[in-house]
Amino acid sequence: MPSKVYAGIEVAVDSEGFFTDPEQWREEMAPQIAAESGIDPVTERHWQVVKFMRHEYAEKGTGPSVRALSKTSGVTIKELYQLFPKGPAKLAAKIAGIPKPRGCI
Amino acid sequence: MNGDNVPTDDTIEKVSIIVSKGSLEGIYPALIMANGARAEGIEANLFFTFFGLDAIHKARHEHIKLATVGNPGLHLATWAGGLPGMSSVMTQYMSRKMDDLDIPPIPEFIEMIADTGAGLYACQASVDLFGLTRDDFIDQVKDIITVGEFYRMAAGGQIIFT
Repeated sequence: MPSKVYAGIEVAVDSEGFFTDPEQWREEMAPQIAAESGIDPVTERHWQVVKFMRHEYAEKGTGPSVRALSKTSGVTIKELYQLFPKGPAKLAAKIAGIPKPRGCI
Repeated sequence: MNGDNVPTDDTIEKVSIIVSKGSLEGIYPALIMANGARAEGIEANLFFTFFGLDAIHKARHEHIKLATVGNPGLHLATWAGGLPGMSSVMTQYMSRKMDDLDIPPIPEFIEMIADTGAGLYACQASVDLFGLTRDDFIDQVKDIITVGEFYRMAAGGQIIFT
């Protein structure tokens, strides 16, 4: 199992870099994970989505797809793709330290 | 499958998806693949040709039907598939099931895909063939392009024909 060091702490990740144990995630790790995915700086809007991803994961045990994310967070699909050009649900999940959402839609 | 076996150093960066069919089962797979590509951060363009143009036709894209004749996958007797109203009934049934799975109806799905930044294009030859104009298409359509322009746009990526 691969691992990464964020904010000075070693965490377990899968082959694509997603946290396998969301409990290991700390807020101060987010900017570094985001920068690795080409997102720098992390704005208030990014944070809103990232926190929403963690909230959804805590409630449902899985991160939402892009459509569900837009529907429930109130952030439009267009803005989500502006914030996370390389895939909103995927990148926000990575930055939020939760496993990759597996929906097809 | 959990994706763990996917090599991370060999990725698809761009897909160009050709939509040539005007049936429900002809259009959805292309839309799901385009939307899924964008969700993975892959650049995606959709090229609508022949009856696939119905998917971006203002007046028609809300009325896309499942093919009930010549569709052995439905496991219906051929004569039953041709009964009046059968296509509408089966389309409604399928649409309900899709709604349960949170798969959007075609017009909403297409709008959503345009919002993801994917490009929607109509095929010039088919537009001419069916006597259509730019005004027949939904606003999200970026342009009517020739096959040569399509190939230039698709260069360096994968082409998927549906």
